[in-house]
Amino acid sequence: MPAATMFEKIWARHVVAEAPGGHVLLYVDRHLVHEGGTRALARLEAAGRRLRRPDLTFATADHYVLTSPGAVATDPEIRAMIDALARHSREQGITYFGLGDERRGIVHVVGPEQGWTLPGVTLVCGDSHTSTHGAFGALAFGIGSTEVTHVMATQTLWQAKPRAMRVSVEGQLSFGVTAKDVILALIARIGAGGATGHVIEYAGAAIRTMSMAERMTVCNMSIEAGARAGMVAPDETTFAYLEGRPFAPSGEHWLRALEDWRTLPTEPGAVFDREVALDGGELAPTVSWGTSPQDALPITAYLPDPLDFGDPVRRQGVSRALSYMGLRPGLPLDGIPVDRVFIGSCTNSRLEDLRIAARVVQGRRAMVPAWVVPGSGLIKRQAEAEGLDRVFREAGFEWREPGCSMCVGMNGEVAREGERVASTSNRNFEGRQGRGARTHLMSPAMAAAAAVAGRLTDVRAWGG
Amino acid sequence: MQAFTRLTALAVPLDLPNVDTDRIVPARFLSKPRGPECARFLFHDLRFRPDGAERADFVLNQPAYRGAGILVAAANFGCGSSREMAVWVLEAYGIRAVIAPSLGDIFHQNCFKNGLLPVLLPEAAVADLRRQLHERPGVSLTVDLPAQTVTMPGGDAARFEIDGFRKQLLLAGRDEIDLTLGYEARIREFEERQRSAMPWLSERYRV
Ligand code: SF4
Repeated sequence: MPAATMFEKIWARHVVAEAPGGHVLLYVDRHLVHEGGTRALARLEAAGRRLRRPDLTFATADHYVLTSPGAVATDPEIRAMIDALARHSREQGITYFGLGDERRGIVHVVGPEQGWTLPGVTLVCGDSHTSTHGAFGALAFGIGSTEVTHVMATQTLWQAKPRAMRVSVEGQLSFGVTAKDVILALIARIGAGGATGHVIEYAGAAIRTMSMAERMTVCNMSIEAGARAGMVAPDETTFAYLEGRPFAPSGEHWLRALEDWRTLPTEPGAVFDREVALDGGELAPTVSWGTSPQDALPITAYLPDPLDFGDPVRRQGVSRALSYMGLRPGLPLDGIPVDRVFIGSCTNSRLEDLRIAARVVQGRRAMVPAWVVPGSGLIKRQAEAEGLDRVFREAGFEWREPGCSMCVGMNGEVAREGERVASTSNRNFEGRQGRGARTHLMSPAMAAAAAVAGRLTDVRAWGG
Repeated sequence: MQAFTRLTALAVPLDLPNVDTDRIVPARFLSKPRGPECARFLFHDLRFRPDGAERADFVLNQPAYRGAGILVAAANFGCGSSREMAVWVLEAYGIRAVIAPSLGDIFHQNCFKNGLLPVLLPEAAVADLRRQLHERPGVSLTVDLPAQTVTMPGGDAARFEIDGFRKQLLLAGRDEIDLTLGYEARIREFEERQRSAMPWLSERYRV
């Protein structure tokens, strides 16, 4: 047997059947559902089918629920969708964290928090940021609505095998540089389509020393480089995180699982279709300036000039992005005034993210409207127990209920036309945070600094 | 699912690279019912001004390209969110094939599930095709799935590759769930094997 990658091992152990042409029927161990899955549940019901494995299916409400204090959903269409998710979950026997349940939150935050996400599993969800769960050494990827119905009915998916890419981040991140900066720098390097058709395995010293929250931030944005999934080999950090979580195996099963999980990592000598290396020590706090996550630069850099690009398509793209963002070529990124700050989303709404942001904010005042939206009700409670809500409130931030909120604005929480947002989310697409809204992506520390400075600024000058 | 065999239709070039699914259909329309009315959501904020009037400079609003059935896009079209609505709005508008140098993976899969044919051709060939469509607005292309060819305005045919499994399903317009239900015995066998090898995956959870 040639040396295998972790991805190949997990893939191989989930093949149920092979079809001609290289497609396989892949078994799904974990299926996560949010409000978007309501359509698929309705199709299942209309076809008179039962959910095949409700015990492997888990649902929560995050995209459409309002995050204002006490509020739920005022829009009747949205309210009906959330009610439908609750009803289907009850009827089909799905574990559901709904309104009023403190465990409710963003699906990619709640899955790991509950120990639902485990090493070695295949995990899918009708959401592209499902790549987050790969931080545990799972093969986790987003699927469309028709595929969601397929999983519900059969607990399988027809898949062609993606290629394998390894991204090695060696060295040690310097002061003020975080997991978010690593992934933004990587996407800027390889491009928004740079990993299309690939599963990325993140390796190297800088990844190994990351906490689970940081690994999740990195894996989360794999999709922004076009990757099907991102993964990190499970290790003691992973096991320590999972042990004792409500849905993680326990007792005898835990010991057997551990034994198995230790066999998952990529074997020495295994060959990847592509290798990319980043020097972690070279990275600086990074922010996006345009309308694709690949448009990212160190905060110390200057905005690009379309004239610097020989390729006409690229030139036109840069020019269009600058014009949408209301920016002039050659301007320093440091100092661009912002109108609003959003700290949240499945990329950066975990307890560690909030702690880091609070440290920067402590004893200062936000110069612009700023929101903190915790990733789950449990994170919110823990943050409150640590007094983080007070730090934020005293600095003039809004401390909100958990949900996706202004990451996508499906619940109506959007920025206004032309507003410039310093955001810890994952997409700076045109209109992502509201029609005409301008998004700059960055780490929680950088977003917190932007709030107290009222402009993009280098957090290293604010005590990191 | 609608079958796909051969299509001759008006083609529209879209030069922007990395057109994400938020741009194909903005998030605020995702709770709307699927159907012919969602044709209006396609490229909504590129096609319409905030007051609802058409933007004359957007390619689909130019008379020669109106009602196109084939979209010729640039690299990484359909990147970003997994929203299948991106395919549904293309379909509602009448687009049955997308030709591009590369596509977002999830969007690519979603096309197959809805009888919309994704055609991948080399970057230079697609750029050349878009140039021809700009030079001769209003011409039609023919996409032939059995032969795996795209016939250019000039009459040349370019061959494209497509996975055999996907091709057969598209030609037959076959629903995958029906296909998979035929594998029930294999799935059950797999589950039994997994349950004894990795019992922790299906233990009765404490809730
Ligand atoms: S937080 Fe944003 S990216 Fe994450 S699941 Fe919600 S909408 Fe999607």
